Amino acid sequence: MNRSDPWSGGPAEGAVWFDPPPRAAKVPGPPPSPARPPVALSVDGREVRVPAGATVLDACRVAGVETPTLCFHETLTPVNACRVCVVEVAGARTLVPACSRQAEAGMQVKTDTPRVRCSRKVVLELLASSVDLRIAPGMAETMARYGASPGRFGPPAPDAADRDAREAGHHHAPDGAAAETVAQPVKADNDCYVRDYSKCVLCYRCVEACGTDAQNTFAIAVAGRGFDARISTEWARPLTDSACVYCGNCVAVCPTGALMGKTEHDLRAAGAWDPERQTCTDTICPYCGVGCSLSLTVQDGRIVRAASPVGADITRGNLCIKGRFGWGHVQPGPRAGDAP
Amino acid sequence: MDLRLTGPPPSEVERAAVDGALATGGTGRDQLLPALHALQDRVGFVSEGGLRHVCERLRVPPAEAYGVASFYHLLALAPRPRTVVHVCDDLVCRAHGAEAAVAAVERACAGGPATVARSPCLGLCERAPAALILAAGASPCAEPVGAADARAVADAAARADSAAEAAPSRRARRLAKEKPGARLERVRRAAPQAGTPGLRLLARVGRVDPESVADWKASGGGEGLRKALALGPAGVVREVIASGLVGRGGAAFPAGKKWEAVAAAPAPRHLILNADESEPGTFKDRVLMEEDPFALLEGMTIAAYAAGCGRGYVYVRGEYPLARLRMERAAAAARKEGLLGPDVLGSGFSFEVEVRRGGGAYICGEETALMNSIEGKRGEPRQKPPFPTQAGLFGRPTVINNVETLAAVPWIVRDGGAAWARIGTKGSSGAKLFSVAGHVARPGVYEVEFGATLRQLLALAGGVPAGRSLRAVLLGGAAGSFVGPGDLDLPLTFEGTRAAGVGLGSGAVIVFDDSADLGDLLARVARFFRDESCGQCVPCRVGTVRQEEALARLRAGRPLGGREAEVALVRELGQAMHDASICGLGQTASSALESALSRLGAFSGGTP
Amino acid sequence: MILLWGSNARETHPIFFHHVLKGIRAGARCYVVDPRRTGTADFAHGHAALDVGTDIALANAMGREILAAGLWHRDFVGRATEGLDEYRAGVEPCTLEWAEAETKVPAALIREMAHAYARAERAMICWTLGITEHHNAVDNVLALINLALLTGHVGRWGSGLNPLRGQNNVQGGGDMGAIPDRLPGFQHVENARLRGAFEAAWGMKLPPKRGKHLSAMFHAMEEGELTALYCIGENPLASEADQTRARRLLEGLEWFVAQDLTLTKTAALADVVLPAAASWCEGEGTVTNSERRVQRVRKAVEPPAGAREDLAILFEIARRLGHDWGAPSAERVWDEVRRLSPVHAGMSYARLDAAGGLHWPCWDETHPGEAFLHSRLWEDPVRGPRAGFHPVVHDPPVERLDADYPMRLTTGRRLDEFNTGVQTSGYRSPLRRSETLDIHPDDAARLGLSDGERVRVRSRRGCVEVPVRLDPRLRPGLTFMTMHFPDDVATNLLTIDATDPKSGTAEFKAAAVRLERIEA
Repeated sequence: MNRSDPWSGGPAEGAVWFDPPPRAAKVPGPPPSPARPPVALSVDGREVRVPAGATVLDACRVAGVETPTLCFHETLTPVNACRVCVVEVAGARTLVPACSRQAEAGMQVKTDTPRVRCSRKVVLELLASSVDLRIAPGMAETMARYGASPGRFGPPAPDAADRDAREAGHHHAPDGAAAETVAQPVKADNDCYVRDYSKCVLCYRCVEACGTDAQNTFAIAVAGRGFDARISTEWARPLTDSACVYCGNCVAVCPTGALMGKTEHDLRAAGAWDPERQTCTDTICPYCGVGCSLSLTVQDGRIVRAASPVGADITRGNLCIKGRFGWGHVQPGPRAGDAP
Repeated sequence: MDLRLTGPPPSEVERAAVDGALATGGTGRDQLLPALHALQDRVGFVSEGGLRHVCERLRVPPAEAYGVASFYHLLALAPRPRTVVHVCDDLVCRAHGAEAAVAAVERACAGGPATVARSPCLGLCERAPAALILAAGASPCAEPVGAADARAVADAAARADSAAEAAPSRRARRLAKEKPGARLERVRRAAPQAGTPGLRLLARVGRVDPESVADWKASGGGEGLRKALALGPAGVVREVIASGLVGRGGAAFPAGKKWEAVAAAPAPRHLILNADESEPGTFKDRVLMEEDPFALLEGMTIAAYAAGCGRGYVYVRGEYPLARLRMERAAAAARKEGLLGPDVLGSGFSFEVEVRRGGGAYICGEETALMNSIEGKRGEPRQKPPFPTQAGLFGRPTVINNVETLAAVPWIVRDGGAAWARIGTKGSSGAKLFSVAGHVARPGVYEVEFGATLRQLLALAGGVPAGRSLRAVLLGGAAGSFVGPGDLDLPLTFEGTRAAGVGLGSGAVIVFDDSADLGDLLARVARFFRDESCGQCVPCRVGTVRQEEALARLRAGRPLGGREAEVALVRELGQAMHDASICGLGQTASSALESALSRLGAFSGGTP
Repeated sequence: MILLWGSNARETHPIFFHHVLKGIRAGARCYVVDPRRTGTADFAHGHAALDVGTDIALANAMGREILAAGLWHRDFVGRATEGLDEYRAGVEPCTLEWAEAETKVPAALIREMAHAYARAERAMICWTLGITEHHNAVDNVLALINLALLTGHVGRWGSGLNPLRGQNNVQGGGDMGAIPDRLPGFQHVENARLRGAFEAAWGMKLPPKRGKHLSAMFHAMEEGELTALYCIGENPLASEADQTRARRLLEGLEWFVAQDLTLTKTAALADVVLPAAASWCEGEGTVTNSERRVQRVRKAVEPPAGAREDLAILFEIARRLGHDWGAPSAERVWDEVRRLSPVHAGMSYARLDAAGGLHWPCWDETHPGEAFLHSRLWEDPVRGPRAGFHPVVHDPPVERLDADYPMRLTTGRRLDEFNTGVQTSGYRSPLRRSETLDIHPDDAARLGLSDGERVRVRSRRGCVEVPVRLDPRLRPGLTFMTMHFPDDVATNLLTIDATDPKSGTAEFKAAAVRLERIEA
């Protein structure tokens, strides 16, 4: 190494190096994959064709049949746990979940039979009678569409503080005077996001996002059994004693607002959350070089939420702690390092 | 995976218990439940430090391990006395005064070393009211007892408590050293026909030493396997299809077809003996495992040979300590004899068998939940398709058969499928075991040829006690249906029950006389499903709660919006649970209640 | 097969790592080369915990093994490359046993990695600062490129080489000419034809020789040759190696202008501070990520009073200097880029908005952009120059360990923090823990240090006090610090400014230090 004049002039490469290489003869892309023939089936009597590997839900969408879903999320493996999307398939003994069942050639799917309507209605009632769905997007409309009236099961029971300690196989016998719920105190144990499991429908989305479908951190899992099943860290420890890395990818997929950024949670708690005063702008995360899309929700000149569009192929809706929560430096007010 | 472990470290005892359990099984995720059992057996509960050590050894995220541990009711997650008396308060035991027994045992154990917990059916129905004493320690004890004599239970618990503390011993061998006469006596309590000639499934029960390969061989054991190896896999499948043998777990799927499908799927393939017999009132599989374990291994080996499975698992419910012990010993002995292992009887066929223990979860009797349980996951059923024949245990094609199903296989292969098909009826071939319990003179496991009526079966069991009249029979256990005194001529066949709108289910036949409190029984069933729902799908998770609440209102005479409205609500709920639940548990959780409403006129006015 | 070399992507590129994990779950093999047992390494099939700064030894040994085992891609090498013989000769001494001794990576693992890489149907090498923050950064990169050329893992779908960029627009900055020898579009300033297009467009002559990179500028300050500095969005006082020297040189400037979001340590030294808007959410423009994808940033919030967009500041300065460029418009500037940079020509704002981003090269408005480069190497015959092997030799870190400074200090980053903390100090991270010196428990025991104890860390350039943190995932003899908390612990007082002559990057990854107990 020549320390006296290390940087004058360039290496001895010739002009060829300085000329851009020629253009590729054709646009480089993935190798062609063998095409599988599409699958033809009928939905409510209408013939539709979907690509091989598509689900019944896909087929319903192709047929223009609106199918309610709750636990289904396009970036996550279907767990078919909520059963809101069940349909009738000719020859099947029970109803089948549209979100996970693969479409098969010749399948006859019916989505508007009395059985389907009954199941969807009851399932919605069971959900709404046990879980706080007031801020779950789209739920009120779906409930109305199916004529669900959760009050049929009696008045809701109050908060229970012991849900994290319940043991499998044991519960207090009910007297039926009130409908048991998952109402419980809010878990606010960190500055990034809040867990309000009174709003949890146990859709497994957060567990999947924390697990193999995205983050692979496995900070949360379903614990307990039956109605006492719950999303939990080990020993229901606070997140700060768990493996959580605050990517908030669980928050991003939560369908009911049970998981929510702290900023949004605090604004809602103060009655100051106002979608009417909000704008949403897409930009790129300011941190590393991956180029994650950010959708910034802004209210009154302040960022109140950062998310990533599900359709962004870099993120598929996922972010890390910095992207999702690391925007404090541009909030109004004195900036860190500002001169006093 | 970048594990993060927090919390206290394990104690030395916990560390040793886990390391000991993992010394043989490896460190795959499927060792999670065995490792948790090791902690439970050693210290009586799973502590934070113990779980942490398991996670570290198996590289399992602690939240997931906690999710698994908290799924099983035989695993405690908080300190408690190391000895627990699990007293059954389920349907059969209720018919025999379970509530009083629980109270009495609690009183008798007060001040002693043991604590008392209520339990769903322990499968000890011939001894109802029954209890299972589990004592953790260096020599963990598991002792099934009758619970009628509370003082005796407390004494047994105290003995178990001190024995568990002692250094490991060969105490468990004691049972095997019974005199043949005493054995027959004891076995006859569980299987009153024991020793009667002409039995096929129970042929050896009570007659041979279940721990002796020689006895088993001397009674024709292994003939089916030898024949099978001569027939070749396809020949075995042919015979079993010809026999018309269908699964005895409840779904009644043709066994040979299942094997054929797996044989056609890519290797490696697995085989599971579903011995998680948890349906209340059912104990036939327990008797088979306890008294004829070699026959089950023979059935497994034949099935594995036919379907091309290299590895077999026996998944025994956690409440069956003796059955598990017998299966483990039989597997070890069979391996020594070359009946299992890399070269079964010199045929070149390789088949290894492992015995796994359930953790206390009815749902793990559901085949895909059972697979998840073996894999070290929560015992949550999987949506089908894909079926286990395509993607089962560890994602591989898997044969899973009930104990009774494979118990029939050696006979079928030895005597030919046609011979089996000639027994029974056109739609239901062969012999069948029924667990008859409740208000009958001689409860127990009975073998009959298909075609026998409910009346004939009850007669075999001695009928309802003198001076009482029959109120109802619950066919198929908690997931089954009630029939009434007018249904006694119901043929106990698949086609006969189907025509009547009920099902055979697990073959449980629980008899109630007019002293039974039907409302109380229905409440117990509702409580059972609320407790045993895995919690995965909404119709079952919440539906079982709502069903129990509605039933409580009906029983209390405080129905919402009037009795008819409440009954309509229950029926609508039942319909949705049946139609929309993922698995058989939710699909049948309303069955008993609905049948009581329809067939027994429950809540039709006055008292249920 | 994915080879992550000198990269803790699990923490530093978390969303990229999601894709790696998807690959692993889909059956890809993954190997991680890193002196530390990182979270990234925890997911890998193999972890080569090499001694800091022995990357070339490892890569050359892999190359030698691939040649010796006959696993090299004869067809590709013969058709599309040149210089194999020199390369073969260069790596000939690099036996597995030699490499094990040099790198401390078991020979069997080196062999396994070599075979896995060479046999893979598709294989990626991705690297980060573990490769480039060395005195021989470019040689390190060349050593990896040699492996890709040898096996044909370049220019094909699923195969290639990718430096994972540390900031959201490192790639874009370089693409736009913010490197000493390039004009926008990566066009070499010393190529008269390319330069001429700019001169024609701008109506002026451009300097025909390359300029100085950051390290060269500091060198020029030292020489008294550079006396005025305009620093935009960079915090060199905190981020440069050998902070004492950096401070001395910045303080010695005759005139210093800083333009930044906040009054950084660097800005505090400036004669003039121009408050800037945050380009990613307070203004319009584009950034380019590690895969050459150009994406739009947009204005979501107003900058604080007095702060202006970088573009507006530059336009205003131009105006004051007598050049009215009109109203500042990011799109108008971008359209000029598109006129002058052929690889960006097809990327109108409308297309970028619609597609959510496009990869360069994107030659015209009908061109979809190219997901990977160098596919021409697979054309038959190859058009343009062949790709050359560049034999490189192992050269350990400048600062050797000795009796006075017996421990190796390497630096890196944490998931929730970013560089010198200018941005991340603005949010409350639950993961945040203050600076520590991470040290293997064996070393701590040897030195009588306990977890959490404050210790004095001294290098030939400076000294800091910091609590120790025991970390069994380090190799003995290796210590680790970040540079996230320069206000509390100025890690760069310790680091060495030994700099790669080709890239100008300092050897942040390898300083020699000693640990001194602070007597109570």
